[in-house]
Amino acid sequence: MPTILVEVMPKPEILDPQGKAIANALPHRGFTGFSGVRQGKRFELSVDGEVTEELLESARTAAAEMLSNPVIEDVVSVTVAEDL
Amino acid sequence: MSADTPLIGDHTMPETAPLTDARIGVVTFPGTLDDRDAARAVRLGGGTPVSLWHADDSLHEVDAVILPGGFSYGDYLRAGAIARFAPVMNTIIVEAEATTASPLPVLGICNGFQILTEAHLLPGSMIKNDHLKFICRDQVLRVENTGTAWTSQFTQDELITVPMKNQDGQYVVDDATLSTLEDQGRVVFRYVGESPNGSRNDIAGVTNERGNVVGLMPHPEHAVEAGYGPNDATGLREGTDGLTIFTSVVSSLTGGNA
Repeated sequence: MPTILVEVMPKPEILDPQGKAIANALPHRGFTGFSGVRQGKRFELSVDGEVTEELLESARTAAAEMLSNPVIEDVVSVTVAEDL
Repeated sequence: MSADTPLIGDHTMPETAPLTDARIGVVTFPGTLDDRDAARAVRLGGGTPVSLWHADDSLHEVDAVILPGGFSYGDYLRAGAIARFAPVMNTIIVEAEATTASPLPVLGICNGFQILTEAHLLPGSMIKNDHLKFICRDQVLRVENTGTAWTSQFTQDELITVPMKNQDGQYVVDDATLSTLEDQGRVVFRYVGESPNGSRNDIAGVTNERGNVVGLMPHPEHAVEAGYGPNDATGLREGTDGLTIFTSVVSSLTGGNA
């Protein structure tokens, strides 16, 4: 079943408290090679049948108007995945 | 038993002046927690609370609306993001943005404030507290705008203490909008003392350009009745600073002197 993937990240200029907490915890397990973490969201929109250009456009609109809040987040990508 | 009686303690209503005809709606979404407290605060402030339901697009001719605190839709997606699309919100947005002489006064408390930002009735947004902890404490605020329907009975720069309890309370907004808010005096409430959550410019509450829509993270509806409020100079739990929010809107609606 084809799926449309929407990825949303906190804006670069917005402090990401969750990412910061994860970054601080990584060294506890010996993961010392990472200087920072930012945490975002991935949405999987399932589609029955074919992903039409119209459907993809609808997903882009949903991503911009509902799945993200433009004050604090950016839509990073809207892509199609055939097999998950 | 009315819907807004307290769960414990003396549930008889205090003998007060007759209720005015100010009808103030309190919206209940799935996951709302503080609708009963808000309704009780309206009654103690001299108004008549009217329960509004998220799935009903009618405001039942109320004169003002309160979006109370809680965790509407479990804070799924983002705090307030799904509640913003409820049928009742469509009507509230139209009425709040009406270009008439007196657009609908709307107050958003905590999750209600988050809903108002998601609905674009107020600028900015809320992210997790910078220290990542849920906080629950009494908070001192400075009232910096007494020109709104909800703050008309405060004195300029009055300090008030009300409870605050949230996890996503850090107010963020872009530089340009922040300047506009400050220049236009639209910061209604500001945190006093150490910042509880990292909010930009210690902002606790803001208003829109017309001054009819106000949102704040702390909870004035939990500081309206002696014995159940924050501690203050007169004793434990005696603080009632939040009540002025509700007497202000009743006064504004009934044409009382502000």
